[in-house]
Amino acid sequence: MFFLENAWIIPAIPAASFLLILFFGKRMPRKGSEIGIAAVGLAFAFSVLAGVAWIDRVENPPPAAHDTEQVDEHVDEDHAEETEHAAADVVQVAASEEGGEGHHAVEPVTNSWTWWQSGGTEFQVGTFVDGLSVMMLFVVGLISLLVHVYSTDYVRDDPRYTHFFAFLSLFTASMMTLVISENTFQIITAWEMVGVCSWVLIGHWWEEKPNADAALKAFLTNRVGDVGLVIGMIILFFAAGSFNVVEINTLASEGALSHTALLAASLCLMAAVMSKSGQFFLHTWLPDAMAGPTPVSALLHSATMVVAGIFMVARMYGVFWEGLSIGTSSINALALIGGVTTLVGASLAFVQRDIKKVLAYSTISQLGYMVMALGVGAWTAALFHLFTHAFFKACLFLGAGSVSHACHHSFDMVADMGGLRKYMPHTFKTFMIASVALAGIPPLAGFWSKDEVLAGAQQLGDGGYPLMFVMGLLTAGLTGAYVTRMVYLTFFGEHRGHGTPHESPKTITTPLWILAGFAAVAGLFNLPDAIVPDGIAYRFEHFVEPTAAYFPSISHPSFSWGLAIVSTLIAVGGVAVSYGYWFQGRWHGITERNGVARAGYRLLENKYYLDTLYETVIVGAIKGPIARASYWANQNLFDRVVDGVGNGTVDGGRRVHKYFDRAVIDGVINMSGRSAEGAGAALRLIQNGRIRQYASLMFGGAAILAGVLIVIV
Amino acid sequence: MLLTNFLMLSSILFCIGVYGVLARRNAVMVLMSIELILNAVNINLVAFGTIHGSISGHVFALFIIAVAAAEVGVGLAMVLLIYRNRSSIDLDDVDLLKG
Amino acid sequence: MEDFLNDWGLSLAVFLPVVGAAIMALIPRAEEQLHKVVALITTLAVAGMGVALLANFDMGRSKDLQFVVDASWIDVINSRYIVGLDGISMPLMLLTMLIVPLCVIYSWNHFPEPHNPKAFLILILILETGMIGTFAAQDLILFFVFFEIVLVPMYFLIGVWGGEERQYAAIKFFLFTLFGSALMLVSFLALYFLADASGTAAGVANTFDMRALPEATAGIALSTQVIIFGGMFLGFGIKVPMFPFHTWLPDAHTQAPTVGSVILAAILLKLGTYGFIRIAIPILPEAAIEWAPIIGGLAVIGIIYGALCCLAQTDMKRLIAFSSVAHMGYTMLGISTLTDFGMNAAVFGMVAHGLITGTLFFIAGSMKERYHTLEIKRLGGLLVSAPKMGWVFGLATMASLGLPGLAGFWGEVPAILAAYSPAEGLSEPLFRAYMVIAAIGTVLAAGYLLWLYQRTAFGTPTEEFVDDPHITDISIPEWVAWVPMIVLILALGIYPNLLFNLTDPAVVAVGDLVAAAAGS
Repeated sequence: MFFLENAWIIPAIPAASFLLILFFGKRMPRKGSEIGIAAVGLAFAFSVLAGVAWIDRVENPPPAAHDTEQVDEHVDEDHAEETEHAAADVVQVAASEEGGEGHHAVEPVTNSWTWWQSGGTEFQVGTFVDGLSVMMLFVVGLISLLVHVYSTDYVRDDPRYTHFFAFLSLFTASMMTLVISENTFQIITAWEMVGVCSWVLIGHWWEEKPNADAALKAFLTNRVGDVGLVIGMIILFFAAGSFNVVEINTLASEGALSHTALLAASLCLMAAVMSKSGQFFLHTWLPDAMAGPTPVSALLHSATMVVAGIFMVARMYGVFWEGLSIGTSSINALALIGGVTTLVGASLAFVQRDIKKVLAYSTISQLGYMVMALGVGAWTAALFHLFTHAFFKACLFLGAGSVSHACHHSFDMVADMGGLRKYMPHTFKTFMIASVALAGIPPLAGFWSKDEVLAGAQQLGDGGYPLMFVMGLLTAGLTGAYVTRMVYLTFFGEHRGHGTPHESPKTITTPLWILAGFAAVAGLFNLPDAIVPDGIAYRFEHFVEPTAAYFPSISHPSFSWGLAIVSTLIAVGGVAVSYGYWFQGRWHGITERNGVARAGYRLLENKYYLDTLYETVIVGAIKGPIARASYWANQNLFDRVVDGVGNGTVDGGRRVHKYFDRAVIDGVINMSGRSAEGAGAALRLIQNGRIRQYASLMFGGAAILAGVLIVIV
Repeated sequence: MLLTNFLMLSSILFCIGVYGVLARRNAVMVLMSIELILNAVNINLVAFGTIHGSISGHVFALFIIAVAAAEVGVGLAMVLLIYRNRSSIDLDDVDLLKG
Repeated sequence: MEDFLNDWGLSLAVFLPVVGAAIMALIPRAEEQLHKVVALITTLAVAGMGVALLANFDMGRSKDLQFVVDASWIDVINSRYIVGLDGISMPLMLLTMLIVPLCVIYSWNHFPEPHNPKAFLILILILETGMIGTFAAQDLILFFVFFEIVLVPMYFLIGVWGGEERQYAAIKFFLFTLFGSALMLVSFLALYFLADASGTAAGVANTFDMRALPEATAGIALSTQVIIFGGMFLGFGIKVPMFPFHTWLPDAHTQAPTVGSVILAAILLKLGTYGFIRIAIPILPEAAIEWAPIIGGLAVIGIIYGALCCLAQTDMKRLIAFSSVAHMGYTMLGISTLTDFGMNAAVFGMVAHGLITGTLFFIAGSMKERYHTLEIKRLGGLLVSAPKMGWVFGLATMASLGLPGLAGFWGEVPAILAAYSPAEGLSEPLFRAYMVIAAIGTVLAAGYLLWLYQRTAFGTPTEEFVDDPHITDISIPEWVAWVPMIVLILALGIYPNLLFNLTDPAVVAVGDLVAAAAGS
């Protein structure tokens, strides 16, 4: 319980480490990296202990409190002052649909302090720990720790080695704060903090302008989403009268909030998800973000930071559930965006030469899966996919870093890699495990989580989400294919770079093996009950999915052998087509050589009638025109739009400044001054200093006045 | 009838004074012309005062004589200073106040 | 001791700088070191006074005026010497007391041309009296006097120690603000003649007492109130400065010496916003409701407009100056909602902007001293040439763009939040539109600030400055001047209740006045 109630310690450790490294890092024998590793290690250990405590809490719920009503009142009263209330009470869930066997709701552990006040109301800052938070803490802590260890070697001779570790620590602290946020204001805070860490770390090598540009682009794109986040949270605040996550979700789930407000809020929040989690069409910053060091890409841009959007939707699920009518529709904005993203990302991964860009587009595609899963109502599937994806994608990124370490820091698969399996056995093996997991081949992790997502799309909502289901299946095939291409180009064939590559040291291979291990077995945490006995089935769902009132009552897809087999076949099919193309060199001529006879001959010879169809019609089309067209659209349309908006704004600023501020506004001001000056200039002509002229004017004037006087009188 | 003569005299004096102020460039001459103008006014005041049997005209005339004396004093002092600084008392040369 | 503070503390804080200035006037000009020491001691004593006042300030009653002194002053027009502090004026006064000594320390070794520390420091001390007096005054005439006193030293600071076009900038600054204050004075006089305060604590019908006036304006016709508010709007709005009265600001900032820019940005601009919260809104709440949509509209135009102009700038100091226009837009948006949320955000925003933009101007000044130019395209690679300064600059940039965890955030997001639900009597759809525009402004803010940072700090130094020995890292006086500001930016950002706790009750009182007016 200690670690649940005092969860604030977990982010506080890396936060302290940030300051320590910043101020004392340079004086340490290992330039501050030891502080970072120790702090993140400790935070990870605490996260694990918190996880153990949470599992214990779920398994042995604290003795039921006297009365539900009384508990609620108690909570409300104490909210006003500095309280510490572990809502250590079990509340009977009112007739939950599937938790029929007297399911007990496990309340989250919260803890809060006054943060600020306005209008006489005090707002809190605090911790909010439930299964989701604990799971995220575990993922962030583990991957951050491994990335820290990995980085000691990867950025060894970097001039800003110390600062690199300082910001890794700050990022870890921010991300951990995000996942235990008690209220939406805190979420905004942590959300922007991770954005800044991302900016700093992408721009780590800021001497090169492209890196600084990529960092700026990432930050600005995210800032666009932040507008949505802020506005969405504001709408929720005024709808629910609180920033508190539990209160907002409880009210939303109970249907106490207006549907319009919830719809508006969830659409605004979706903008934030789209930018932070790289969803179509705000995804273009993510491939550019690969300009940062590889450990950063692994930690921020695949495993943790980019899933902040997924986390936020999961955290505010009551709002999305009601706002987008997830449970009762067959298509909605969230699912659609996710589905489109997953296809777009996967098809774009085909045409990249840069191994990190392949992985970046793959990340976009997998994030699309998660968003789609949330959109169709498969909450657990989304989070489970987040969980497994974190491991295998971090492993792939770190593997790519290891490879480039060996290849003179190049990431170009076509020019500088190839045949590396002979030189780098450890990297090769771990990369293969993670790749197979990514491709979704059983029994590795990716299969189980992807299968749940697909099952969700097939079964949930109002008669399933057919469009998303098809998109998901297509992507499964594409994923297998591009993964195979990537593996082939990197590890097979002949080495195309210069020099002899070497295997990376232990500080790099150890994290790879640990991650590969997780990539292999993480899927077992949520095995369906159709395969294994009840006691070990759906453990992930059991521990992570909230059961208390702040979470909507969602339904779960059931495991289907048919779907599992079909999706596996599609993934294997993708791999096979790609294997045939790359490894066996088949069909290479088909796009160049014309002629039906040639094609027919090949069809007969190769007996791959279907596969040829796949190749020419699907893979070829996707690899060729469609991928190129979509990449073109990506680079020239969406990216150009993003860049164009930036440039246009700057240009607009220049125009406004020149033609309006300088010309009109300042012009009016200066004009008033100048007209006074002009009048003065005209009048000074008569001020010629000649006394006699003054006198004659005076007398003349007097004479005229006298004349006037005489006439009048 | 008597009044008319006085007024004629004072107008003639006034006009001579105005002519002097406007036409002469010598500062001393200008000062003297101003003196003529003032005395023309004095004549007017005294004449009207006598005709109307009021004493205030005479009082004003005395007042003006006093002011005129002061004015000439200050004026001559200035002329003297201008002469010392510029070796000239030509008024057209003194145009420092030109805007 | 407590009695002494109650009776004399505030007046002492107001007039100590003048005493210091008088002492310095007696010391010969050649004794530069002595001048600096006297000025520093004076400003530190004032700051000490401020701390003593804060320590004796009753936080529980921060909505009431404390340390009130009420003495007769100009009996003919019932104008009295009334000073006092509450939760709104306290933070701003403390900000002044903090910034001024830091400015003295900062200029310790490098007074701008034509040097002359004696005159420079005397002017700064007089400026300090004017600023503290403005925040302490509770009588309109007294307020006006202090408000105007501020102009004179600032005029000379810009006009004598400024850059190339200092004359133009100084005159523009002076005349522009004077024009506004003239109309403001007319409004004050109108209040004096039209309000009937005989039923209030002031005891006489015609009064300038700011404590009594809110209760005394009910009898004035709404149309007249709107006109009176208009005069104050011009007076305060020019000072803020609000679009389209902002054009004096970039010129004044660009030409002013570093310390002048810092004081201008950190405190002088706040006199305008403070005037709105302290005078215009409480005294004429009904007119405020009429004016609020216009103020809010100009505020969001200012946000977007300032940001666009920032993107066009080629000079770093000018860019920061335009960013002030955008930031004060958030403050004014908060004020225009007339809610306690919005005004809290505004007060926080004032303090935060003072600290952050002050730091930015300090850095710009230090860079100018090293590079002898602030032309953005000639700069670059600050992180290489002077890494520590690059870091401080980065932190200030981040704070300025409203990063959570730093002070700027708490002025910005609550203001946006308040616009979602403005005070009763204001149009919700209109203010929600303002909210969206203001939120988009945050993107632009990130754009111009990070772009500035990228162009100046990232990359490698340009040819001409590669091995320039003049480009050194932060010096001791600079550290001493900057560290307190950085610490406060962080402290207020992490635990904003430090300030909200102080301002909230006082702001709620103002909000209640508006609510009462909307209800009637």
